Amino acid sequence: MLGLTGKDFTLFLIVVVMVVFAPIILNPFPVDSAMAQFNAGYPDLMQRFLIFGIFAVGFNILFGLTGYLSFGHAAFLGAGSYAGVWMFKLLSMNVLPAILVAMVVAGLFSVVIGYVSLRRSGIYFSILTLAFAQMSYALAYSVLTPITNGETGLQLSLNDPRVLDGAASADGSLPVPTFFGLEMRDSWDVTLGGWAFTFNAGYYLCAIFMLVAFYVAIRIFRSPFGMMLRAIKSNQQRMNYTGLNTRPYTLAAFVISGMFAGLAGGLMVSMDPLAGAERMQWTRSGEVVLMTILGGAGTLIGPVLGAGFIKYFENIFSKINDNVLHGWFAFLPDGLENAIVWILHPFVGKGWHLTLGLLFMLVVIFLPGGLVEAGQRIGRLFSRKKKPADAAQKSTQSTPAE
Amino acid sequence: MGILEVKNVNKRFGGLQALGDVNLSVVENSCHAIIGPNGAGKSTLLNCLVGKLIPDTGSVMFDGQSVLGRTPYQINQMGISRVFQTPEIFGDLTVIENMMIPCFAKRDGSFRMHAYARSNQERDVIEKAEIMLEDVNMLDKRDMHAASMSRGDKRRLEIAMCLVQEPRLLLLDEPTAGMARADTNNTIDLLKRIKDERNITIAIIEHDMHVVFSLAERITVLAQGTPLVEDTPANIKGHPKVREAYLGETA
Amino acid sequence: MEAIILQILNGLDKGSAYALIALGLTLIFGTLGVVNFAHGALFMIGAFCAVTLSRILSLSHTVIDETRTDFLGNPAKVEVPYIYDFFGPEFGATLIDWAVPLSILFAIPIMIAVGVIMERGLIRHFYKRPHADQILVTFGLAIVLQEVIKAFYGANPIPTPAPDAFTGSFDFGALIGMDPYTVIYPYWRLLYFVFAMIIIGAVFAFLQFTTFGMVVRAGMADRETVGLLGINIDKRFTIMFGIAAAVAGLAGVMYTPINSPNYHMGMDFLVLSFVVVVVGGMGSLPGAVLAGLLLGILQSFASMSAIIELIPGINQVIIYLVAIVILLTRPRGLMGRKGVMED
Repeated sequence: MLGLTGKDFTLFLIVVVMVVFAPIILNPFPVDSAMAQFNAGYPDLMQRFLIFGIFAVGFNILFGLTGYLSFGHAAFLGAGSYAGVWMFKLLSMNVLPAILVAMVVAGLFSVVIGYVSLRRSGIYFSILTLAFAQMSYALAYSVLTPITNGETGLQLSLNDPRVLDGAASADGSLPVPTFFGLEMRDSWDVTLGGWAFTFNAGYYLCAIFMLVAFYVAIRIFRSPFGMMLRAIKSNQQRMNYTGLNTRPYTLAAFVISGMFAGLAGGLMVSMDPLAGAERMQWTRSGEVVLMTILGGAGTLIGPVLGAGFIKYFENIFSKINDNVLHGWFAFLPDGLENAIVWILHPFVGKGWHLTLGLLFMLVVIFLPGGLVEAGQRIGRLFSRKKKPADAAQKSTQSTPAE
Repeated sequence: MGILEVKNVNKRFGGLQALGDVNLSVVENSCHAIIGPNGAGKSTLLNCLVGKLIPDTGSVMFDGQSVLGRTPYQINQMGISRVFQTPEIFGDLTVIENMMIPCFAKRDGSFRMHAYARSNQERDVIEKAEIMLEDVNMLDKRDMHAASMSRGDKRRLEIAMCLVQEPRLLLLDEPTAGMARADTNNTIDLLKRIKDERNITIAIIEHDMHVVFSLAERITVLAQGTPLVEDTPANIKGHPKVREAYLGETA
Repeated sequence: MEAIILQILNGLDKGSAYALIALGLTLIFGTLGVVNFAHGALFMIGAFCAVTLSRILSLSHTVIDETRTDFLGNPAKVEVPYIYDFFGPEFGATLIDWAVPLSILFAIPIMIAVGVIMERGLIRHFYKRPHADQILVTFGLAIVLQEVIKAFYGANPIPTPAPDAFTGSFDFGALIGMDPYTVIYPYWRLLYFVFAMIIIGAVFAFLQFTTFGMVVRAGMADRETVGLLGINIDKRFTIMFGIAAAVAGLAGVMYTPINSPNYHMGMDFLVLSFVVVVVGGMGSLPGAVLAGLLLGILQSFASMSAIIELIPGINQVIIYLVAIVILLTRPRGLMGRKGVMED
């Protein structure tokens, strides 16, 4: 179906269902319950799941397939963001041109950076991309201020020309991004008993783009092109002596992943028309690396899981403060309660990055396949209980992959 | 006029003359062995043929065209395939995928952006790959990960990957180095069969005399970067110069 | 002329810091073959050693001073550092004033311990893993280390002054016969440069003239062969890692008066130090030092207003530009050896 094998189609279908019903799935707790703080079904967060999902899926096409570890992909996200805001300023508040131009600009930018960086491989490639990204970041902050508006960040203003729909700002307030009249911030709230669900226009726009991006990624993974990329990761020497020119393959992968990043950037500004230079910093590039590895590099669903996981826990953990902790452990004797809160304190709230760093190290050390591998191991554990002989055979088949 | 003509090739590394005035002519559809003691320049010569090294002077012509200045992938596209001393295969891929990649390279050239095609729909490529696997008796390992196979199987896969490209010249770099006796014999049998069944020229660099004498029709002996003598296996065996330079040393 | 000398001097201290960090990075890379993204964090930990020591020295208790009264006529309460009680107020005050230089003694064992624990506990298990894995796990470690520091010391920079004796500047121009007040240079920056040169000299001497160093250098050239000789190279490499950590730590300790330490200073320096290593040539010790100083000075020149007017923004990007050009034209860097990380 859709040109996918049965297994891939099932996976795609699951993702479609998850994405479409996310506003419900992610709000499992009634609004008034104590657990409501674990709800993630509000538009802003859900949009971030999808946008970073796209970013990570794209990054995975480069890193997961070819093994080229780029530390500069945030530059493409940033370039896409700036391009998107400029489209809002110059052309129209319609998100479609903004997103398309964001992809094109990020794509062109990645052609330039990729063409130069891909002349080297391994750690040199990583450092080259890092250098380019830091350079873009520094320039965005300083010389390119006319384009990027420096530290303040690029934002809309009432004086923007907006040649197609300049009149939209007639009422004196800043216009908002729309999709042919449908405002991105439009939401439809549904209350069912104690539960409240928000269906947001912007979220569903992101959903469409994310599903398309995910579908494209599956097709790339299963194409001869994808096979070539995996072969490059496995043995470049053999590629060369098999009559294949690796450079255009890696460049194509680089540009595709750059365009995915540009798409993510374009969507980001479509949800909130603001672009700042900090979006290009190398630690931001590190974030997408974390997402991809945490979820499972080289797998289809891994980056999506990783992006969702990191963005969800970033949101939840940042909200947990000492009061919340005291509330949880109130049933314990005071001394013990304080001790536990004291121990947990550095890991929650502002300490979320500490938890993330630890988690990431644990994954790299013990679970190189990320969450996907964890899932497979658990799955194997269960199937072994059922049919020991069958499971043993299965594990001999899959171990060589590691 | 041979299919591969090496003329007056010189290569220096700093003060070391790795190759001095090497002349070599490999006749089409023959098996030509290049032997010589360690450090004789065998590998340097091979690297000059496949584009990894560029000779300082001299010419290397393949089928009337110069290979000098071309990259390894361009030379491969001209019809030269190379088997390495330690098997170079795609360890992370399955055996059938290993076979499909050279098929794509043969069909589509050095680069083609077939990102929207589906690998499992490429019937012609899969069929070709399977026939080749069948031929080297590896079809039962079709879906195994290549890295998990034995060394002998890896070698066999690598040879199959080269053959499926239907090269006009197959270069073998010590194909049995580090192999157990049984694996060596299997490899010799395979190469013999290839030679008999296909119209293919083979140039082989080898240490193992057993392998050389069972395969080669002509032998060039290289010593200290220069060809000492070129003749048939029977004559080489008794050649005094060769005994002195090569066999004498190993005995 | 004055301007040129001034820029060279200005570049020296930053360049020395780059050189010290890059030296450790390249030493670890050359000996262990590990790409250590946590090396910047070691620099930062060093800086916080200085912060910690100056805090420990300043730990105070409240005493009631009977000789003075506050405005209500009650006896005044004053904070007296414990150290005054032990060593008397005069020597105590000197100790607090000299907290940063004293931290060197304090930081060496700590940094060596941190380095050894890092190598034994984590890096060791990554020798055989791909470079990408090494980058990733040390990147994770860097995040953890900087977040731990942030949890303890907060996110704001912590001013840590140099001893009073070094706070001033001196007229370098007058010393070499130029007009007075044209080339003014702070004492501490000069001290930093001298200190860095001493450390670098010590590391080189250590590698050059001791048996230990000889084995390490041999190991850098050909690890397997040295291992075959029956020398326990792993143990030596652990110690080497400790030394590299100490060098980065000391660079951090002494840098505190120049730049108030904050938790992300390690990451900031890391990127540049990697660039330095690459420019100098992976695995080349003299290359790291040379490239560090050169890039520091280059950056300082690029910050001159005349040059910025000519090419806007050049000060921000010069180092990266140099790195890109070097990587593309001379992949081995200025002084890189053949066979190290070549593609």
